[in-house]
Amino acid sequence: MAFTRHTRTVLALTAPAYLWLTATVLLPLAAMFYFSFLTASPLGGKEVRFTLQHYADFFTKEIYWYNAWRSVELGLYVTAICLIVGYPAALGLAKYVKGRWREAIFLLIILPFWSNALVRTFSWTMVLREPFNILFSYPAIVIGLVHAYLPYAILTCYISLQAIDDSLIEAGRSLGATPAQTFRRITLPLSLPGVLAAIFLIFVPVIGSFMEPRILGGKDAIMLGPIIEGQFITAFNWPLGAALSFTMLGMVLLVLLVVMPFLNRQMARA
Amino acid sequence: MERAAKTYLGLILIFLYLPIVVMIAMAFNRSPLYEMPFTFDLVWFKALAYNQRLLQASWNSIWIACINAVTATTLGTLAAYAFARYEFRAKRLLQILLFPPITIPWLIIGTSMLIFFFWTGIGRGLHAILLGHVALSLPYVIVVVGARFANFGPQLEEAAASLGATPWQSFWRITVPVLLPGITAAALFAFAVSFDQFVISYFLAPPGTSTLPVEIYTSIRKGFTPEINAISSIIILFSMGLMLIVARNYKFGGDN
Repeated sequence: MAFTRHTRTVLALTAPAYLWLTATVLLPLAAMFYFSFLTASPLGGKEVRFTLQHYADFFTKEIYWYNAWRSVELGLYVTAICLIVGYPAALGLAKYVKGRWREAIFLLIILPFWSNALVRTFSWTMVLREPFNILFSYPAIVIGLVHAYLPYAILTCYISLQAIDDSLIEAGRSLGATPAQTFRRITLPLSLPGVLAAIFLIFVPVIGSFMEPRILGGKDAIMLGPIIEGQFITAFNWPLGAALSFTMLGMVLLVLLVVMPFLNRQMARA
Repeated sequence: MERAAKTYLGLILIFLYLPIVVMIAMAFNRSPLYEMPFTFDLVWFKALAYNQRLLQASWNSIWIACINAVTATTLGTLAAYAFARYEFRAKRLLQILLFPPITIPWLIIGTSMLIFFFWTGIGRGLHAILLGHVALSLPYVIVVVGARFANFGPQLEEAAASLGATPWQSFWRITVPVLLPGITAAALFAFAVSFDQFVISYFLAPPGTSTLPVEIYTSIRKGFTPEINAISSIIILFSMGLMLIVARNYKFGGDN
């Protein structure tokens, strides 16, 4: 097959990056999908058979579905708190703080977000001991994760709030709307894409978290993320770990399917 | 209203920085059990200098981050160039393919890499960690460099071509210099992605070899020491400083 010069150039430019991504992300995901249907890891010439047992286990054994629910629940708490705390902050920053102050505060908010997540989680172990004494508990996990993802919520909400034309709000006011009404009828609907983006960007990694629960949660750390980690690091039951990972991926895709249409519609309008 | 907003944002900043400040303070406290009263001492920073495991892990991290930055920036810039300057059928698909590495939880990516690398004989180790880090950095590089392309039309390159430059010449003499702020930001960004990455490295690090975050995690799980505070303080100040440079670079380089 003869390629045109144009096609060859495009191939030469994109192939290195995409071959790399294929070898390190797409093929591994496919391999993990395959492993999730095996009775044992096909390493070292072991005899393996095809099975659906690991997926069946997820739905029938309480330890798996209950702890998966605990992960989802944690995701809901953390996402909700991040939005409740972060949205007003984004609103204040976008509409009430001006000039250099806004720039400085914005930078200070996103700065820790780009620093080391592990170290930030570790730093809470020093704050949550005396006199608070809630280290190694469920609230400690929530606090650590809110600390990790709050900047996301503020960032995404801020971006969509900042794009709202002030004259729309003024028009609403001049037509007799109260501040509460202009917020509910104008500001909030127009900032919805930011809120949805925040939900996706926070909920998904929180479901998949294992390091934060392990460091801050003590015995409350048992949920899907740490269980999957355990299958790979200590229990060495890779096929089961793979099936649990894929179930988690299914949950992520479900969230994406729910959020995506809204996001697309909002994007198309913008 | 502005006052109320500033007060609220001030409280948020206190929440965000409080644990970091406490951690740094404790790195300078003499007591190994974080006991009060606070006594200033550099003992934990001195102890760092003799901790071979942490030093070795630091070197590993820095090397991997550097190689990762160069590799990811090179491959990513080429792809971003193709996206910006060429029309082709699979473009949309290729752009969508950038999402999995950043949206799928690292736990899933990391464990799948572990399975695949083991299965194919690539195995675990620093080389495997590097393979993973580049994959995670590529989408960011393509987006950051691509953003720089957004306000740089093909006119300059066309002018160069009409004056007789080959595509290769115009790429090196026009495209790369104009993109340089974006490329620099992307490289620093890729460095930070790798340097701070824990989850992927954790699954791909064999016993005895590790990067700094993996070594810190192991120490925390074993029961922490203020030495970890000291190295953590250095890391967090370093990565915040790095991002500050990226932010400035990006700002002065681009229009937003």
